[in-house]
This record gives sequence, structure tokens and C-alpha cells, in this order.
Amino acid sequence: MSAAEEATAQAPILRLDGISLAFGGVTVLDDVSFDIREGEIRAIIGPNGAGKSSMLNVINGFYHPDDGTITYKGETRTRMRPDQAARQGIARTFQNIALFRGMSTLDNIMTGRNTMMRRNFLWQALYVGPARREELEHRAHVERVIEFLEIEAIRRVPVGRLPYGLQKRVELGRALAAEPDLLLLDEPMAGMNSEEKEDMCRFVLDVNDEFGTTIALIEHDMGVVMDISDRVVVLDYGRLIADGSPDEVRGNEEVIAAYLGVVRD
Amino acid sequence: MLYRETGQFKTTYAADQAIFPIFQDRVFLFAIIAFAYIVIPLIASEYWLQAVLIPLLIFAIAAVGLNILTGYAGQLSLGTGAFMAVGAYSAYKLATGFPELNIIVVFILSGVSAALIGIIFGLPSLRIKGFYLAVATLAAQFFLIWMFNRVPWWYNYNSSGTIIAPPREVAGVMLTGPTATAETRYLLVLTFCILGGLLAKNLVRGRVGRHWMAIRDMDIAAEIIGIRLLPNKLLAFAISSFYCGVAGALLLFSYLGSAETEAFDIFVSFEVLFMIIIGGLGSILGAYLGAAFIWLLPIFLTNAPQLVGLSMPVDFQKHLEVMIFGSLIVVFLIFEPAGLARLWQIGKEKLRRWPFPY
Repeated sequence: MSAAEEATAQAPILRLDGISLAFGGVTVLDDVSFDIREGEIRAIIGPNGAGKSSMLNVINGFYHPDDGTITYKGETRTRMRPDQAARQGIARTFQNIALFRGMSTLDNIMTGRNTMMRRNFLWQALYVGPARREELEHRAHVERVIEFLEIEAIRRVPVGRLPYGLQKRVELGRALAAEPDLLLLDEPMAGMNSEEKEDMCRFVLDVNDEFGTTIALIEHDMGVVMDISDRVVVLDYGRLIADGSPDEVRGNEEVIAAYLGVVRD
Repeated sequence: MLYRETGQFKTTYAADQAIFPIFQDRVFLFAIIAFAYIVIPLIASEYWLQAVLIPLLIFAIAAVGLNILTGYAGQLSLGTGAFMAVGAYSAYKLATGFPELNIIVVFILSGVSAALIGIIFGLPSLRIKGFYLAVATLAAQFFLIWMFNRVPWWYNYNSSGTIIAPPREVAGVMLTGPTATAETRYLLVLTFCILGGLLAKNLVRGRVGRHWMAIRDMDIAAEIIGIRLLPNKLLAFAISSFYCGVAGALLLFSYLGSAETEAFDIFVSFEVLFMIIIGGLGSILGAYLGAAFIWLLPIFLTNAPQLVGLSMPVDFQKHLEVMIFGSLIVVFLIFEPAGLARLWQIGKEKLRRWPFPY
């Protein structure tokens, strides 16, 4: 059974029903419904300004939709704070890198484990017993992420000094450190050369494969999208215009029109 | 050739996360601590202890506190002087109200009361940032100082409005008051300074410190990965104010002996802020180095003309001193905007590679 078929058999981890979002008079999302199944790689594509990033922001609670419901792991909600979403296993990366520039790679990835660390500041200040043990346990896990992403050499480097491609990788590391059930990637390959893109594709596929993480990604590189995703949803001007396997979407007339424009007669 | 880490392999994460992973650094640190505890009390004169080292160490504690808030958590504060005043007045009220209470406990409780006040004045930080927050903390500075001036309860209704540190002893040793020797007061302040630094370092290298730095560097991203802003910001305010409060209490009990609100005015806030800017924002070591720089440079400038045999009118010298002090700070910040801590780090890097240029 291929990964795609396996995914089809799975229940949805996330379902969006009739999501609408407007900023003042500007409609960003208009009655969008789709689902993300457990263990699949789901791509969200569309021309600039189609509402893709807003869609991710709705999913992880940064934007609150005006209308519609979000069902995550069988629980329906309309409003949620971002930190609650993080606690429930939704992690993400950003279109414009949102790393903590003054901190080292190691510390940045360690922040990804914040929702799992419990000891209060008094234990921390003494740095003995449980607090120390906790710190070391999480360090060990973070080291596995560092090894997985092959960034051992830059462990101690402040991320502000790293080149763009590596920063993207560190950001993925921070999201992975949280051991998410649902990973949202906002243009993980933007601005990369083809070699870096191949590396990143490999990481995305490996994450999905080895950890069984469900991935929703936004990407503009159609080659990448068609190659790695199980299913694709296409947005245009905030509306959902197509939803299906890469091949179905590729042949969809509306999608072609959205990307290439239409000849009106 | 001595400063080499070759051959020092770390086999556990615990060893790798140590504050001083390099053996030579540890030796150096213990040497300094031993020197401060044993040699200095033996050789230093009354003047050096009373006028130089004691206030220097007290301001270093306050600088560590402010660096936690401003350097690590990124919340600019101009209320340091007021939080120190809260510590000093709380310590005074506690020490006079409960004479049998151990004075060390009094200092800690004063820190706690400053922490509570800090939390209250930290509440606006959820909504406002940067310079606007600085203005809000300025309100703390003016309001608290006004309150300590106007509410006679704080200075036990005495006519002068001055608070005087009462003599207190612990285990037979006089720690505060006019009969306490400079050596004991120095050792007390030194102990607070070292323990405070250690606890602060533990905080900033662990989970709490990472949360603060994450909020400082990009608060939206911090929120999205699950860091709650308000509790972490308030914690930074509380811990920072705790340090400032203890420093304020020590300033009254171990340095000044008696004080009015002028000892904690806005200039103190600025002085501590300069210390952490010069020393290095977001560095515990920087707080110490900055405090030493800001406190020692004027003393050096005052004594320098005599040392080289120059004599000049006193007021002229005073003005010259301020001018040189100001220009040195400007020059320094142009050359090393990241502060003394960065300079120290670069020096260590160079030493590691010496005698090779790269």
C-alpha cells in the first residue's frame, strides 16, 4: 500500500468547515472546507494573496475565523490561543523566518520543547535534581533532532549569523522538537537553490515517514508539491477551487485558469 | 599556551551544559572567588572597602537584576531606583518592626516585596513595548519615590524623614549598623553578589531564560510555539525586582547606613541601565563588568591627576572628569556596541588560538 493509499484510509486529524475570515472589508477566506488526514502530506497551493498563510494562522489559533468550525482530533472549536494549539501538538514554521536571532541553534531548538517542561523557576535557579534532569532529558531529545537535520556543526552558533538555508532548517528543527502531531510548514523551500530544496524535501518526507507526523505545507514550487504531497488543496482569492490528488489538481481547469489566467472572449 | 581546551572531551550533556565547561575557566573563577574572600579583606584599606568595593558589589546585584529584565526578557525599565527603594524601605520597616528577625531573612523578604511591586508595574508590559514601556516604568519611579516621601509610616514618623539601618547581628557577628566593620559588610555583600549571580546564571541558561530570550527576540513566534507571554514577562519583572530590592536593602544596611529617597532617584535607574549597556545586554558577566566599569572609572579619573603629578582646581577637575567619562562611554560604544562581555569573549577566543592569528 503506498503512502497515499494509506493516508486515504486514515481518519482526518483536522477538519475545517466553512471557514470565513475577513479583515475589515477584505475577505481573506470565504467558506473554505477541507480536511487533513492523519499521516498524510497535504499541500495548500494558490497564487499570491490567495489566503494560504491565513489558513495556517487560523489552524494554529493565531487568527480567529469569523465563521466556521475547526475540528482537531475530534474536538470542535472556534477560538483558541496559539499557545493552546502548541500544547495540543500543532507546530509550524514561518514564511519569513521567525527564529530567535540572539540565541544559539541549540537554544532555539530547545525552545521547541517548552510545552513539555514543567519545573518552576525556583528549581531552575538552583539547577539541581528534577530541573537539571529535565533539562538533560530534553537536551538528549534535541540532540536527536539536530542529528536528524545534520546541523551538528552549528549547534553553538547564534542563528542570526547563519545563512538563510540553514536558518530554515533550524526553524524546522524547532518545530520538530515539539514532537508535533500536525506540522504546518509555510513555504519551507522559498528562496532556496535546488540542492537545498532537495535536502528540505528529504527532511519533510523523512519526518512524515519516520515519525508519522501529519504535514500541511504551503509551497510555490509545483515540482516539489506534485512530487511529495499526497493530496493538494488549491485556494484562489480566499475560495477553495480544487481539492484532490496532485494529478487531479494538475488537470483541473479552474486551477490552470487561476495560475495562468484565462482568455476571455 | 596555558589556555587550551584540547583533550577536554565532554562525554555527557551535563558536562556540556556546565556554566564553565573549560577547565581553565573554572580554575580562574575559583581563584577570583578565593582572592575576593581571603586576600581582599586582608589587604584592602577601609577606604577601598567602604567607598569602592561595597557599593560596586551592590550595584552589580542591581545590574544583574536589570539585565534579566532588559537584557534577557527585552523589557526596557527605568524603574530600577524605585525598586531598590522598595527593598530599602521594606527592609527598614521589617528590621524595625520585627527586631528579632534574622537580618538575612529581612533582606530576602525585602526582595520579595520588591518583586510583588515589580509584578504590578510589569502588568502594562503585555500591551506596550520598548520606549513606551520605559515611560510606564518611569511612572513607577516617580510614584514610589513620591510615596516614600509623603507617607510618614515608611520612615516611622520621624521628623527628618531619614531611614537609618539599625544594628543587627547574626551568630554574634555585627552585620549592620555603625559598629559593623567594613570587612564583615564587604563579605556579606560579596556573598549575596556571588550567590545572586549563580542563581541568575542558572535561570538564564535553562528553560526560563530561553523563554525570556524568545520573547525578547520575537514575541509572536514565541507565542506560537507555546510560550505564554504574560506569565513569563511578569516573572522577569518579579525576579528582576527581587534583585533590585535586595540591592536596595543592602545599599541602605551595608553601605549608606542612613538614607533618604534621593539615594534612589532616577539617576540611580540610569546608572544601572548604563552599567548593563556598557557591560553587555543579555549577559550575567556583563552586568558585573559594567558595574565595575561605571563605578571604577570616575574613581580612577578623580585620582589620575594626582598620580601623574598634575594639580588643578577642584571644580575644573570635576567638570573634566564628567567630560572624559561621557566621551569614553561614547567611544567605547562605537568600538564595541555589544559591551564588555563581548570584548571578554573575543579576548578568550584570541587567547585560545594564540600564537596563531586564526
